[in-house]
Amino acid sequence: MIDRETVEHVAHLARLKVTDEEISRFTGQLSQILEHMEKMKALDVNHVPPTFHVLEEMVNVMRGDTRREPLSQEDALNMAPDPAPPYFRVPKVIELGVDQ
Amino acid sequence: MGVYEAVIGLEVHAELNTDTKIFCGCPTRFGQEPNTQVCPVCLGLPGVLPVLNQAALHKALKAALALNCHINQWSRFDRKNYFYPDLPKNYQISQYDLPLAEHGYLEIEIDGKKKRVGIKRVHLEEDAGKLLHEDTGGTRDRFSMVDYNRTGVPLIEIVSEPDIRSPEEAKEYLENLKTILQYIDVSDCKMEEGSLRCDANISLRPAGSKTYGTRTELKNLNSFRAVYRALAFEIKRQSEVLDSGGAVEQETLAWDDARGVTVKLRGKEEAHDYRYFPEPDLTPLQITEEILSGIKEGMPELPQQRKDRYMRELGLSAYDATVLTRSKTLSDFLDDACRLGAEPKAAANWLMGDIMRILNAEDKGIEDTPLSPGHLVEMLSLIDDGVISGKIAKTVLEEMLFTGKTPNVIVREKGLLQISDASALRTVVEQVVKDNPKVVDDYRSGKEKALGFLVGQVMKHTKGKANPQMVNSILKEVLDG
Repeated sequence: MIDRETVEHVAHLARLKVTDEEISRFTGQLSQILEHMEKMKALDVNHVPPTFHVLEEMVNVMRGDTRREPLSQEDALNMAPDPAPPYFRVPKVIELGVDQ
Repeated sequence: MGVYEAVIGLEVHAELNTDTKIFCGCPTRFGQEPNTQVCPVCLGLPGVLPVLNQAALHKALKAALALNCHINQWSRFDRKNYFYPDLPKNYQISQYDLPLAEHGYLEIEIDGKKKRVGIKRVHLEEDAGKLLHEDTGGTRDRFSMVDYNRTGVPLIEIVSEPDIRSPEEAKEYLENLKTILQYIDVSDCKMEEGSLRCDANISLRPAGSKTYGTRTELKNLNSFRAVYRALAFEIKRQSEVLDSGGAVEQETLAWDDARGVTVKLRGKEEAHDYRYFPEPDLTPLQITEEILSGIKEGMPELPQQRKDRYMRELGLSAYDATVLTRSKTLSDFLDDACRLGAEPKAAANWLMGDIMRILNAEDKGIEDTPLSPGHLVEMLSLIDDGVISGKIAKTVLEEMLFTGKTPNVIVREKGLLQISDASALRTVVEQVVKDNPKVVDDYRSGKEKALGFLVGQVMKHTKGKANPQMVNSILKEVLDG
């Protein structure tokens, strides 16, 4: 059900480096998980309301629009591996590469 | 060349004007020192818990209602997963299959014809940070710089149905949308500051066809004018591709405003696979009737309602009412002036005439000037009482707009009182008659036009302050007597 290419694709999307051996292992494991899901589909769940969120018992937890003191720039940047005040610095990325 | 119909859909992101971010208490102020409006939540540090800002939800609902949407009773947030450094968590909290609201519409009017553009959905999400990629010849050639101040600012995404058929309609849609969002006070809608952003989808199909052609997605549209120009360019470009027997490629294009062309950004094969899943750190939203009725109660007059009221109660023409209501601050100003006793049509004429001319020239809104409705009312009564002429009022107005002084002070300081003293005017008239014997002869020999020249001379001598009606009658007396 799951082939090697799918595993490679998913690993790439998650920026995970996987070895050939891992790809084989995960291909088998992920296929087993999906097969198990297929089995569960056989159950009659007509009387069970669908779960649309893990927190169904709790709704509308919100905060007021009140300010809290932000971190100082120094504290924020110091947590990064390669700060270049006043910025965080990252390896060059292409411009406009993203949906926003 | 074939006859094609353009099919356009717009995706607008508007930053909500809350004090704090959508999931944390960081301020949302624009233009602050980089990375000073950040905290563990919006920086995506491990172990933090986002909590929804109630004001963001309420503003989003207000926008959805103003856009005639159906509000979903149940809604939730989802994680949109992708790796890009403007997003510290590597996912954006957004909404996927259960958005806040769907199936709305916005009315536009082109050449007197009304049309509804469908709103597919309105959902809430968090904004991303800002990346800088300057080529300075130094280290920035190898690096990108990130400012996370904007990360987590609340956004609403408003997706239209592909109901738009021309660049004109797109511009009208955006203008109306912006006006509505400003009226209901949910967003500043400043494209230059990025608080309103727009992407466009466009495809062509043979006129009369019901199926859709292959579309392109346009990005980097930084003004309404850019949206208009980019769409017009794409219509031409796609027409030429189709006319030459080619096929439009589905791709994302960036608008290059300086060159006036669209350029390839990334092909569909690179399109992201976002693997959305429900955000487990935030509770589901249940939008009850109680919440909705509270928001409906707080809904102010919308642009269309105000326009109708101007036509009905103030007797303004459809055109005038449209121009004035396009800007909330301008029409608020008119309403305030009328409340203070201004004659509506006179106030409207000054606003649409001299005031808008100066504002446009200065690229300002009326709220950026020290002019107050009370000052305008005072100026109008000075004209009515014959203290200043309409011509002098223009000078007074300009001074009011730039200095914020009251018209009475300006008139006194600049000595602009209208001269209505008959004997003073007679002295000037007699002098002008004496200095211009030839013109006087012309007039007496029947050239009525000569009178205008003499009136002009009197106005010149009095620096425009002479009461024009009185000058006319005194001149005639002197010449004919």
